[in-house]
Amino acid sequence: MNTDLYHVSVYRFNPEVDKKPYMKNYQVKASDCKGVMVLDLLEAIKQHHDPTLSFRRSCGEGVCGSDGMNINGKNGLACITPLSDLEGKVIKLRPLLSFPVVRDLIVDLSQFYKQYESVQPYLQNDTMPAKENVQSYEERKVLDGLYECILCACCTSSCPSSWWNMDKFLGPSALLWACRFIMDSRDTETMARLEDLQGLYRLFRCRGVGMCRDVCPKGLNPTQAIHDIREKMLRDAV
Amino acid sequence: MPIQQQSFDVIIVGGGGAGLRAALQLSQANKRVAVISKVFPTRSHTVSAQGGINAALGNTDGRDDWRWHMYDTIVGSDYLGDQDAIEYMCQHAPEAVYELEHMGMPFSRNQQGKIYQRAFGGQTQDFGGDLVHRTCAAADRTGHALLHTLYQQNIKSKTIFFSEWYAVDLIQDEQQNVTGVLAIDIASGTLGVFSAQATVLATGGAGQIFYTTTNAYTNTGDGLGMVLRANLPLQDMEMWQFHPTGVLGAGVLITEAARGEGGYLINNKNERYMERYAPHLKDLSCRDVVSRCSMIEIREGRGVGSEGDHVLLKLDHLDAKVLNEKLPGIVALAKTFAGVDPSKEPIPVTPTCHYMMGGIPTDRFGQVVKLNAQGEDECVRGLYAAGECASVSVHGANRLGANSLLDIVVFGRSVGVAIISSLEQNKQQASPITEAQIEAASQRILRLRKTQEGEQVAHLRTVMQKIMQEHFGVFRTEEVMAEGLVQLKAVYQRVGHTKLSDTSQTFNTELIEALELENLILVAMASAELALARQESRGAHARIDFPNRDDENWFKHSLYYIDGKQGQRPVNMRPSMVDPFPLKERKY
Ligand SMILES: Cc1cc2nc3c(=O)[nH]c(=O)nc-3n(C[C@H](O)[C@H](O)[C@H](O)COP(=O)(O)OP(=O)(O)OC[C@H]3O[C@@H](n4cnc5c(N)ncnc54)[C@H](O)[C@@H]3O)c2cc1C
Ligand code: FES
Repeated sequence: MNTDLYHVSVYRFNPEVDKKPYMKNYQVKASDCKGVMVLDLLEAIKQHHDPTLSFRRSCGEGVCGSDGMNINGKNGLACITPLSDLEGKVIKLRPLLSFPVVRDLIVDLSQFYKQYESVQPYLQNDTMPAKENVQSYEERKVLDGLYECILCACCTSSCPSSWWNMDKFLGPSALLWACRFIMDSRDTETMARLEDLQGLYRLFRCRGVGMCRDVCPKGLNPTQAIHDIREKMLRDAV
Repeated sequence: MPIQQQSFDVIIVGGGGAGLRAALQLSQANKRVAVISKVFPTRSHTVSAQGGINAALGNTDGRDDWRWHMYDTIVGSDYLGDQDAIEYMCQHAPEAVYELEHMGMPFSRNQQGKIYQRAFGGQTQDFGGDLVHRTCAAADRTGHALLHTLYQQNIKSKTIFFSEWYAVDLIQDEQQNVTGVLAIDIASGTLGVFSAQATVLATGGAGQIFYTTTNAYTNTGDGLGMVLRANLPLQDMEMWQFHPTGVLGAGVLITEAARGEGGYLINNKNERYMERYAPHLKDLSCRDVVSRCSMIEIREGRGVGSEGDHVLLKLDHLDAKVLNEKLPGIVALAKTFAGVDPSKEPIPVTPTCHYMMGGIPTDRFGQVVKLNAQGEDECVRGLYAAGECASVSVHGANRLGANSLLDIVVFGRSVGVAIISSLEQNKQQASPITEAQIEAASQRILRLRKTQEGEQVAHLRTVMQKIMQEHFGVFRTEEVMAEGLVQLKAVYQRVGHTKLSDTSQTFNTELIEALELENLILVAMASAELALARQESRGAHARIDFPNRDDENWFKHSLYYIDGKQGQRPVNMRPSMVDPFPLKERKY
């Protein structure tokens, strides 16, 4: 898209005044955008068209996970999605699917955070060496691709298994975190962690659809992590 | 509707590294601690930190010493850092880093399975000798690794969080002691009063006063505004660090680790110019030095591009393995924000506002100090500060890279320790908060909800940011700053008359941004006034009209009050374990 004017259609909903959500169109001058990302477009709308538009943002560089949203049908972070990458005449911005909308592009992530907390996302190891725990270069390398999650919820929001079983299935993000601690050579509770993921739902509702991997703005692969946990369950059970 | 009151042992405003480290100390000691954060904690700015955290572990070089680290920090600060606090920080650095590792922080590892340490600017062996590898890193995502680990530990220790609550103002009793804060639940618009025997401000930086900055949108200096409105001073606000390698235009940071891993800066003649200015440490000289050199290159016509407005950071000579393993985040950022693949082309960069060395003055234990009638330090009862919002001061006039993550964990912890012992000594409850005190703290919200006619928030913010950008950059002169100050004062007046288009209660981000702007403009005024007043060049404060450091007249901290009054405090030269380091000329 190469244009001086962006045509944008944004999901609007303010529970205090709107009976139901609606899409609102804006035409935004490229020169009103401070940068070249979708977030710059949202800031331009807020500054030059409509200060009531509500969305979250913090870091502006794809590391805090505040501005996960649905951009032209695909989940991503507004701050690192270049406007030039978007196809079609109109840019469509919607809140993350499957979470309750608080207002406009802001969703309620309480359930998502609960899932995260339920996997005990902290290292369990009671030994206190005088210096650091030794962890070999190779052992640490296993964590690459597992620890970088920014809790933006883009994956969980695009996962069909999560849509239907939000309360029982942990969803890709929480499972990636579970995997990060299961695979950490320093953690002493591996067996208990694996045990905790047994049953029909918590982990096993994953159908391997892979949407999570396709949308992750950090290039992480929860599908693989879930697969690796399953393998480990099988191996360690024998 | 009456405003609901809740009472805790301790309130922490801020869920970044400093706030979370303090919270952990307190909740592990079974104190009732509430963390109020305007963003979900892991979205705090600490998450953006890239390069690492300093501690003299000697894992790479086989030798290091916290006293060398102390020396480097003092010299780096251009002697404006307080030597008692710097000593404390450097001495406790190894312990702080090991503690993070024990909590599960996924540090990168060397071949011996120890924490990986890289080179960073201004870090030497033997008091100014060869470069040392002192910066402990988790690839180039150290802040992410650190912040998530601290948040996770707080989940484990059951800290109480008020996420997406915005602290509006401090509540004070008749003696100016702090007894709590007034905050607003952003999601519902409900006001709440939080009372406690101790309140900790850990609200982070304020880089949003500049138009181009590496800082998050949320770095708006809220704690600093709250302190000024409580008639307490801010310290050394003229000291703003410009990082040499912000991506041109976007302002996104390319960590100093890029140079630590072997990258270097070049001008339009392909010359590695830092060799000329600083033959010893070259590209790994302190940030104030490198940023000034880059600006000189640009001003003297050796800048790159059709405007000649930037320089280049060259990384394409580095091994692909180094780029992919040590700097993966940087490779991605460069592609996204500069459109270049750093393994093939250099990255266009320019000095960019990055870090606030000044802040809320505290003693070594994080207790906020003010000057009494005799001009001596006096603690403000009930109020503590830690992290980037505080001025302990370990960074003085120029911070060493990777010393801030260290600052936030060391002093986050020590604030917690200090509060625990003060709670134990002093069992009496804080005096109850009165309606009148709550009303005093609610004034700003009441005004905003009432005002029908006035100016728009986002527009005024941009105007302020551009003034700061143009008048208070890397090089400063009386004339340019004075003109900037006049313009700022006009904006200050206008900020008092902002009006909201958004009148709803639910997640009203315009209301929050209006409150933030009132803090930003105060921070900008403090920075501008003190920059104009300090007639010397020291650290990041470089005056063309006063090019030298003037120890006779300016070897002191400067203070600023909301009414424009200024004051001074002596620099602490009393470390307890070693002799003080005497003032010398800085050379790299
Ligand atoms: C891009 C970048 C890279 C960096 N890299 C490094 C590095 O490699 N090494 C290093 O040492 N330093 C680095 N720094 C500096 C360092 O990251 C910061 O100085 C440090 O993280 C600040 O931590 P903090 O806890 O003080 O504040 P923050 O992490 O900014 O947290 C502030 C907290 O206060 C809360 N808050 C603020 N105002 C309010 C309010 N009114 N009400 C409620 N809550 C509020 C916020 O929600 C947030 O939780 C970097 C900085 C940047 C910009
Ligand atoms: S604003 Fe932080 S991820 Fe986009």
